[in-house]
Amino acid sequence: MNIIVCIKQVPNTTNVQIDYETGRLKREGVESIINPFDEYAIEEGVRIKESGGKVTVITMGPPQAESVLREAISKGADEAVLVSDKAFGGADTLATAYTLSLAIKSIGNYHIIICGKQASDGDTGQVGPGIAEMLSIPHISYVKKIESIDDKLIKVERMMEDGYDLIESPIPVLLTVVKEINVPRIASLKGKLTAKKAVIKILDAKTIDADITKIGLNGSPTHVMKIFVPPKRTGGEKFNGTAQEAAASLVKKLVDTGII
Amino acid sequence: MDYMLSEEEKIIIETARTIAVEKVKPIREQYDEEERFPWEIMKEFAQADLCGVYIPEEYGGFGKGIMGLVLVVEELCKIDGAIALSLAATALGTLPILTTGSEQHKKKYLPGIASGKNLAAFGLTEAGAGSDATGMTTTAVKDGDYYVLNGTKCFITNGGEAQVYTIFAKTNPARGARGISCFIIEKGTSGFDFGKKEKKMGIKASSTRELVFNNCRIHKDQLLGKEGHGLMIAQATLDNSRPGVAAQALGIAAGALDEAVEYARKRVQFGQPIASFQAIRHMLADMATEVEAARALLYASARMIDSGGEKRTSKESAMAKLFCSEAAMKVTTKAVQIFGGYGYMREYPVEKMMRDAKITTLYEGTSQIQKNEIALNLIKESAARSK
Repeated sequence: MNIIVCIKQVPNTTNVQIDYETGRLKREGVESIINPFDEYAIEEGVRIKESGGKVTVITMGPPQAESVLREAISKGADEAVLVSDKAFGGADTLATAYTLSLAIKSIGNYHIIICGKQASDGDTGQVGPGIAEMLSIPHISYVKKIESIDDKLIKVERMMEDGYDLIESPIPVLLTVVKEINVPRIASLKGKLTAKKAVIKILDAKTIDADITKIGLNGSPTHVMKIFVPPKRTGGEKFNGTAQEAAASLVKKLVDTGII
Repeated sequence: MDYMLSEEEKIIIETARTIAVEKVKPIREQYDEEERFPWEIMKEFAQADLCGVYIPEEYGGFGKGIMGLVLVVEELCKIDGAIALSLAATALGTLPILTTGSEQHKKKYLPGIASGKNLAAFGLTEAGAGSDATGMTTTAVKDGDYYVLNGTKCFITNGGEAQVYTIFAKTNPARGARGISCFIIEKGTSGFDFGKKEKKMGIKASSTRELVFNNCRIHKDQLLGKEGHGLMIAQATLDNSRPGVAAQALGIAAGALDEAVEYARKRVQFGQPIASFQAIRHMLADMATEVEAARALLYASARMIDSGGEKRTSKESAMAKLFCSEAAMKVTTKAVQIFGGYGYMREYPVEKMMRDAKITTLYEGTSQIQKNEIALNLIKESAARSK
């Protein structure tokens, strides 16, 4: 079973700084880590491969993104591909999905593609399904368990708010996974040594034969109109007194504000 | 302080640190309270390759010697001194096989231990044979191709949990120290059973049990080294293993120091953090100096052992163990002092650290036995020079 795991490097902070001029996230000076949701994707890929196969991790990003690929290797991935080119800069989810889909085509021969359900910085959850559309393969999002898998068919549980769906799909397929699916392992000593020595393959726009109108800023139809921190919600108004007094004050307030 | 650690040694520290903080820290109090053996955590150690860090690569280990073991044990013990002991005590039980075992012994036992599938234990102590191992009464009587063992070992770390045991017994009681032999015995061997489980002051998550041999028949292939060489094997093992205990002591001390500094910064009395008082500062300074001196002596001893050569390292191992374990008692006691009344409560970690630290001045030779060993070697060296 050949598995491709798409990962993203994200800032290691829960307090993401915003550049109000450009409407983008500020990434400078913040340590990068593997998007926490992608850790589950890597672990699931490695678990599938333990009964045979290969895990290739792939990320799109600047040369520094190599470090998250090496970390994925230390946790059991076999090969790593960095999709990197200045022309990819400024990509939104559509351009990113397009670029990654081309890179995945150029790797070829895959059975399952796994992504985290969303990234902790952008929180869109669109790139995984986008890749599947561009590759014209089915996708199942929010997977919380793989029930069974062979070279033709996969059966998974998809997490829903009120339970889960049991879904069957032909292979190849793209899955996005939720944190309930597994507990990611801690990198082993031998894994870390392997990661240090690993050769990372780099794919640029030319190698994957990208249409320059569809990549980077040019290929991104998303325009951020305004970016702002939502105002903090303040506490409501409390009406004191006896039940009758409180009810009277409440009704008066509702009438005064024109709600009723 | 910079100890010129290699890249691989830094990886060892980083890995052990991650497991200690992410996996051990959240459950350490619970395991202590319930006196539960940490099998779940042992699986984490195994998966991260920590179990075989000192075992040569050809037998499935990471091949980083006693220094590698010391780094793992120190780092884990900063968080918990009992859970890491299962790994350190396995090293103690494994060292006789590493130093004296035949190629068949090594091939048979080391890969399982390196992978973390099997734990090991070392069986020397008996009720009447503590510091004086020659006082043991367990016997191994030859019967054709077999030895028949009878007797009881006590205070055996990993007893009952380990799969592989290196056991010392008298094959020729008339020959005293030269009448002891060492055997590898597997759990499940007929006539080999487990007795009383000890209730202890500290290291409660570690199993300490009696091993009972009742007409236990062992094939002669399970003899380690030659008949009568048991005590020499035990001494050579302890030369290599005492840095492991020293590392446990150092880790506990370093962990207590971290806790004490953090607490002193945050605890406010008389309107200011207690870290602003000279009385507290001087205690912290003494603790930090003890820890660093202990570390320097221990790393130097571990490196000396790993550099090999014919030279025995009994003196250096004993010094490292003596200094680190005594430092652990001083440092953890001061840590409790800095925490004041809170330090005495189980809700705070330093109480357990002080309890766990005490064992390091006792097992694998008390501090007094270490001093005997050091002095004996000083006298021997002096005598050799004046020849």
